[in-house]
Amino acid sequence: MSWRQDKTLWGLTLGLAALLLLNFVVPDWFRNILTLSLARGSVALGLLVLWRCGLISFGHALYFGFGAYTVGLMSRYLGITDAFLTIACGVVTAGLLAYGLGFLLRQYRGIFFALLNMAFSMILYGVLAKLEELGSTDGISLEATTYLWYAPLGAENKTALFVFAVILTWGVAVLVHLYLRSTLGNMTTAVRENEIRLGYLGYSGERAVHAKYVISGLLGGFGGAIAVLTIGHVDPDSMVYWPVSGDFVFIAILSGTGNVVAPFIGALMYELIRTYAFDQFPGIWQLIMGGTLLAIIMFLPNGLWSLVDRGRSRAGAGALPAEREEG
Amino acid sequence: MDPELLLIILVDGLVYGSYLFMVAVGLTVICGVQKLLNVTHGALYAFGAYLAATLLILYFRVDWPEYGAFAVMLLAALFLGVVFGLIIERGLLRHLYHEDEHIIVLATFAAFLVLEDVLLLIWGTDPYLAPEPLGLLGSTEIAGLPFDNYSLSMVLLSAVVASVLWYGLNRTQFGKLLLAVIYDRELAQAMGINVNRIFLLTFMLGSFLGALGGAYQAPAISVQPGIGVEVIVLAFAVVVIGGMGSIPGALIGSVIVGVARAFAVHQEPALELFVIYLIMATVLIVRPQGLFAPAKPRTI
Repeated sequence: MSWRQDKTLWGLTLGLAALLLLNFVVPDWFRNILTLSLARGSVALGLLVLWRCGLISFGHALYFGFGAYTVGLMSRYLGITDAFLTIACGVVTAGLLAYGLGFLLRQYRGIFFALLNMAFSMILYGVLAKLEELGSTDGISLEATTYLWYAPLGAENKTALFVFAVILTWGVAVLVHLYLRSTLGNMTTAVRENEIRLGYLGYSGERAVHAKYVISGLLGGFGGAIAVLTIGHVDPDSMVYWPVSGDFVFIAILSGTGNVVAPFIGALMYELIRTYAFDQFPGIWQLIMGGTLLAIIMFLPNGLWSLVDRGRSRAGAGALPAEREEG
Repeated sequence: MDPELLLIILVDGLVYGSYLFMVAVGLTVICGVQKLLNVTHGALYAFGAYLAATLLILYFRVDWPEYGAFAVMLLAALFLGVVFGLIIERGLLRHLYHEDEHIIVLATFAAFLVLEDVLLLIWGTDPYLAPEPLGLLGSTEIAGLPFDNYSLSMVLLSAVVASVLWYGLNRTQFGKLLLAVIYDRELAQAMGINVNRIFLLTFMLGSFLGALGGAYQAPAISVQPGIGVEVIVLAFAVVVIGGMGSIPGALIGSVIVGVARAFAVHQEPALELFVIYLIMATVLIVRPQGLFAPAKPRTI
């Protein structure tokens, strides 16, 4: 498929343009929600990559938190607030961690994979909550972000961060999409369907899983770095504790695995429901979240994206008879 | 090392281990029979603690025999086990058994979120304290340190629960039926065992055990929001260490974790918070199916 025919690339680019235009229209709080959805959506995108090979991680807060803490610690100890540098470091350190742990995790499938991830994320949680040098349970607050020599203040800084996050996320999503289209990317489905046969075809399932795991780790670190820059603060309970990992899986379920665009739509829905529920019904917002998740599992098991697919196949079904007549 | 300190560590470890066993055993029962990880277990624990604390506060206002408090805790747990067992198994899980195991975990996670808020709606955010049973039993001095008899009685309770479960599973008719279902669900069904009923009863039993863990812990802690979230990962860790679905595994697993944590508390406090997960990760790496899970053939 050539660049021009790829609807996903067009969709992503349209989304990029729309978001950049929205920047001038939307109020501050909504822009905040959008940036956070980009962050969480990136982590969910990592889960999507893993899910394509039938794996779910109940511990991706590990990479989210690792990326976030890298940014936080750089600001606190090195005084580095440059967005390019801190995000790059957050992504790279999370990726390295995923690469290391990947040697171990790639041997596991199913519920063991999910739980082993959770175990590692809880170890990180324990370390972060215990060590004073890492901020303990209070966490770390960030200095204002700078962009190379550009050091905006106040509202301007928020705008800058939003534009920055949108463009970066667009790039990331395009890269992941191109990867999933490639041979290595297509092997995900083969791992899920029948890994032993894949072995007989001459590919290593474990290596494919390892590559996907590193990608999901990189995406987790990226999401964490963006999130911490948006919030300006990082602490173990809101970034590394196990319910955070649960939220990512929630977003992944909500979105469905159909397309790289899906996790971002899912994350936005998630943030909107959460903000609305928290604002309107502060006593029962968890109940609303849980109810939503249950409803999705029961009635829309393939996530929001299945609505898009359904719409497409209906359109396709309408077009089919005409083609037959031609033939 | 000083033998007295060792004794203290051992007692501490056993007490903490029995607490872990009480929260993990219900989870492992459900896991073994129904092959699912039940996140709502944490909510059951929290409900057990809240209901027991409330009832105990009421109970000690009237002038009834003080030891009746233990019956109150048991009844609270029984009530919760039956009611929540019915609601969650009949209302939710029954419709999901054909789904992927991940989906079922997520569904119970969602139900857990819902139950957490129901808990807040009923009891609010204030902590509940009901320490009377603690004073009732007094304390014993071990190696120069006073230990609550109440905490020590948890060890006894765990031993009783473990023995009753072992007996029930291996020496009763229901236990035999359960073993048949665990071994091969479809074949058991074909032989005329009512698997749906067994699943419901198992889930009620597991929920009861979770609630009992909370109810019995209630006098020893301040019952407040968030206790369910904390407990569920601990219980997961113990179940994974022992082997999913293995009751002896849960027992040994909780003792190992309890003693290891006590060592950490007394020797290397920095390790305390994550020693459990360290053990969990090690076990998963060396023996992913858990210490006591039966071996399974690899299927193609």
